[in-house]
Amino acid sequence: MSVPVWNPAVEFMEREALERLQLASLRQTVAWALKTPFYRRRLAEVGLTHPEDLGSLRDVRNLPHTTKDDLREAYPDGLLAVELEQAVRLHTSSGTTGMPTVIYHTRRDIDHWTELVARCIVATGATAGDVFQNMTNYGMFTGGLGLHYGAERVGMLVIPASSGNTGRQIQLMRNFQTTVVHATPSYLLHLHSALAGEGVTVDRLKLRKAFIGAEPHSEETRRKIEALFGIRAYNSYGLSEMNGPGVAFECVYQTGLHLWEDAYILEIIDPQTLQPQPEGATGEIVMTTLQRQATPLLRYRTRDLSHLVSGNCPCGRTHRRLARIKGRSDDMLIVNGVNVFPSQIEDVLMKIPEVGTNYLIQLEKRGSLDRLVVKTEIYAKLFTGDPRTLDDLRERIGEALRSAILVKPAVELHEPGSLPVSEGKAKRVVDLRPAF
Amino acid sequence: MAEQVSVFVDNRPGRLNAITGVLRDRGIDIRAMTIADHRDYGVAKLLVSDPRLAHRALAEQGFAAALKPVLAIAIEDRPGGLHELLEILAERSINVLDAYGFVVVPGQWAVWCMEVDDPAEAARLLAAHGLHVLADSELYQLF
Ligand SMILES: [Zn+2]
Repeated sequence: MSVPVWNPAVEFMEREALERLQLASLRQTVAWALKTPFYRRRLAEVGLTHPEDLGSLRDVRNLPHTTKDDLREAYPDGLLAVELEQAVRLHTSSGTTGMPTVIYHTRRDIDHWTELVARCIVATGATAGDVFQNMTNYGMFTGGLGLHYGAERVGMLVIPASSGNTGRQIQLMRNFQTTVVHATPSYLLHLHSALAGEGVTVDRLKLRKAFIGAEPHSEETRRKIEALFGIRAYNSYGLSEMNGPGVAFECVYQTGLHLWEDAYILEIIDPQTLQPQPEGATGEIVMTTLQRQATPLLRYRTRDLSHLVSGNCPCGRTHRRLARIKGRSDDMLIVNGVNVFPSQIEDVLMKIPEVGTNYLIQLEKRGSLDRLVVKTEIYAKLFTGDPRTLDDLRERIGEALRSAILVKPAVELHEPGSLPVSEGKAKRVVDLRPAF
Repeated sequence: MAEQVSVFVDNRPGRLNAITGVLRDRGIDIRAMTIADHRDYGVAKLLVSDPRLAHRALAEQGFAAALKPVLAIAIEDRPGGLHELLEILAERSINVLDAYGFVVVPGQWAVWCMEVDDPAEAARLLAAHGLHVLADSELYQLF
């Protein structure tokens, strides 16, 4: 089987050559960073005033970390490393706290980003002959424009549908025989239920691939999407601080996400001690940009949790692979002192055929104790009419969750379609516990 | 044998009338209805004039609904009428899972509905004892 590839010289580059390239790019990035007031100060604090002070790639560990808070503080131009005239685009993100952050791009930066996205698209086997419907938000959200530019560079026919308006999405898919879509996993599940409402069966569509990202999801969710539509779904990883989509992507083998190491230095650290994790252990992803002149970022703490996949991918790419994102270090819920990740709960629910795709995790305070409530919807087609099987089901879900998360939740069964569905990033956790 | 419609329903205001609304819109008459409460949800069981149409209409509206056979037996509306029926079941160790009844003509006769593990076997047994097991069409003609 021949492996589809966009840039073989870089994607199959020997590790030694790749690391030499990384060191040269790191020095260049530090030189760019030194043009910003923020990094001049930060790097002076660790005694670094010249890029040539970096003797080897390992010296990246002597550089200071950059956090989201740093980006907020530096807003709007404390991290701008070029003259404004050289910048051709910016993306801001408001975040949940309301304090914005901004990333600037030069024409060259956009060009590099587009190259990375093109590699990702081609790695999944998509080609110039595909019709690509981009169902993610355009505008400030990087998922829209990022994939759009990459898909155009590959030569696909791009439908810039943006997010939402499900009825129109279905109409576009039918009218233009869309073969590839980009969306969040929760939106694809929503789209599938909406198809039934429009009286459209999946075999009437020409869909063959989906790029899914922008929210953590389980392997079961991916397989469910693949089964529901009869397609292959490829994981995408990106974040606006690292351009957006195009950071890491699955190839046709779907064995983890190749992270483009000519464009980023990847580290996995323990979020508490900030020390590097042993190879293969789960930790926080930390990345340094290597090809972004307008807003270089050193050792940016993503808050995303993952681990490195060991061994080589059958595709032959030398760029290492991240496992699917396990959640955000901020998403972690602490329930009576036990750490619980919402993704663990989703994993369990997706393995139980009698419950539907929607669920809600609710945290309450009862006296001095936390109470974890997991609300699920029953799957209408498997309802037998017998209340005893429902009580058994509720008990079975509770037991499966307890053995996975070590907390026994109160499980509730609800009518199909009664739990809230959001069309973008799914909001599955409601914390009703009073703040201190 | 008669059929009853079971519907899964959230235990919160406004859900039962959503069910009865669907039935009204299709011109379906409700003979009897019970609701078993299971904390966060309930299961409503309905004896209606057209169970298959009711089942289809509810499913189309997104409800989790199921059709199940139910034993509907005509009994005399007098002291001991129900007791005689239950004695027959007890003798053969037939376990009643769920049951409800309604009077058709006061002082004359009533209908007793019940779910058992093996409804076909129970129906044969009751018929052998001279009791009348009603079909859907007969239930409808009662009124
Ligand atoms: Zn690969």
